[in-house]
Amino acid sequence: MEALLEILSELHPDADFQTADRLVESGVLGSFDIVMLVTRIEEEFDVVIPARLITPETFRSAKTLYETILSLSEED
Amino acid sequence: MKTILEYLDLQSMLRPEKTAFSDETGSRTFSEFKCAAERIGSALLHAGADREPVVVLLPRSVRMLSAMLGAMRAGCPYVPLDAELGNLRLTAIFEQVRPRFLIAEESTEALARSCGFAGETIRIEDAERTETDLCALADAYRRILDTDPAYIVFTSGSTGAPKGVIGKHSAMLDYAEQLTGVLRVTDADVFGMQAPLYVDACLKEILSVLRCGASLWIIPKRLFSAPMQLVQFLNEHAITTVCWVVPALTLISALHTFRETVPKTLKTVAFGSEVFPIRQLHLWQQYVPARYINLYGPTECTGMSCWYEIDRGFSEGDRIPIGRPFDNTEIMLLDEANRPADEGEICIRGVSLCHGYWNDPERTAKAFVQNPLRPEYPERIYRTGDLGRRNARGELEFLGRIDNQIKHMGHRIELGELEAAAEKIEGVGTACASFDPERKRLALAYTGEIEKAALTAALRGFVPEYLLPSKTLRLDAMPLTPNGKTDRRAVYALCFLKR
Repeated sequence: MEALLEILSELHPDADFQTADRLVESGVLGSFDIVMLVTRIEEEFDVVIPARLITPETFRSAKTLYETILSLSEED
Repeated sequence: MKTILEYLDLQSMLRPEKTAFSDETGSRTFSEFKCAAERIGSALLHAGADREPVVVLLPRSVRMLSAMLGAMRAGCPYVPLDAELGNLRLTAIFEQVRPRFLIAEESTEALARSCGFAGETIRIEDAERTETDLCALADAYRRILDTDPAYIVFTSGSTGAPKGVIGKHSAMLDYAEQLTGVLRVTDADVFGMQAPLYVDACLKEILSVLRCGASLWIIPKRLFSAPMQLVQFLNEHAITTVCWVVPALTLISALHTFRETVPKTLKTVAFGSEVFPIRQLHLWQQYVPARYINLYGPTECTGMSCWYEIDRGFSEGDRIPIGRPFDNTEIMLLDEANRPADEGEICIRGVSLCHGYWNDPERTAKAFVQNPLRPEYPERIYRTGDLGRRNARGELEFLGRIDNQIKHMGHRIELGELEAAAEKIEGVGTACASFDPERKRLALAYTGEIEKAALTAALRGFVPEYLLPSKTLRLDAMPLTPNGKTDRRAVYALCFLKR
């Protein structure tokens, strides 16, 4: 989780990702931020996030995103 | 032909029952759309609107399009706005335009009032129920000249005050003619629109529909965070043509969407606003056989001015040309002494030139100048502030900006606008914005006692979404150059090079 929080705060150093939710809908993450975020996560966690999982629901919060990453790592 | 309204009249005779415009909530045929525009135009004329700007502040929808064309029906230039522009920008626009009339719904009327609008609101639902007054509409139309303002769209201004670019009817007609030729639009085409309606980028789709009888879907903004759903949307609605900003295209290609699904009906992919990364372009070309067209043009010259259809392979590091101007437009490259050069500032002449900036003779005079190569008679050219050159094939290439304007998330941004907005916030001394073009990140350095989080919170809703910095940096003192100006290079280094 720390690694993910670090990636998120690199992208938006001022947002509090521990508590923020609805990251996309509330505008914390711009729609085009997602490309950079997913690329960084894939490098860091050595996973591929399939396009079908790239939805506002996955990016609801740092927690939901982390759960997605974990489930992908387990699949591998 | 005086205005694009005549295209609408023609289409509603040729194909009255064909669906013209659609959004998530519904659609309108050409005849329904014409009828709605006429009713809205009648409501405005009954209220006393007289060839003056009418602000349209509504959610991005077919209804909003009807209101824009409705204002035009009444002989009034429309000023399209959106809540996502933020209160500061909206307030500045209301201050500059001081409109007497606003077309809105309940929620957006309240927003307009909170941003200083003091005129009369025409509620869209009432306007659409107004009886069409053919006499008043005909009289208003008779008085329109094709050189009259058709719309005013606001773009970022370096001093913080947004600039209202005044487009004229004749330029819209010319643009419709040239653009639909380049895109080879027919009535079988279905456009998938990504652009917001408050920028001139949306003219590409609107004009194609009106000029050629094509149809268009307004794609919900939320799909641009969900690439699979976005592609499914394109397939479901059999979209043939997209004219998108580059980040919207790379959202699909960079996130492995093509491994799972591909757009099956696309024939034309036009893009612009930013450089298309070659690797992403290759992915698109590999999975989606279509025409790929790079478009370039400033808002001040009504939509797009140049085009290049990709006709050869490009390797990493190559520059995709912006090609050649549309017919009836000339691009001049001028050096600092205003002489024609192989590399220089891109200057544009032709009917596409806008009138200038609303209520702003100073900034108009700076950008719209006498053609230095034709001193014998008055002719204005527009100085874009962009640098260009011609390559060995004679194609134009875009090299960058002369000033501090940037392109971010498909929007044109003056760093000065963000700085001026920040300096309006209590607790901020001076501010300097900086942009990292590689990682596409916008940062704001400032002095003053306000905490970073409080500054970020104050900016949200105050400036357009795309102007929100992803990083703020509080400094004890702003770095200065020996001349006492803010040292932008030093600020860049502080924001992006140090951790």
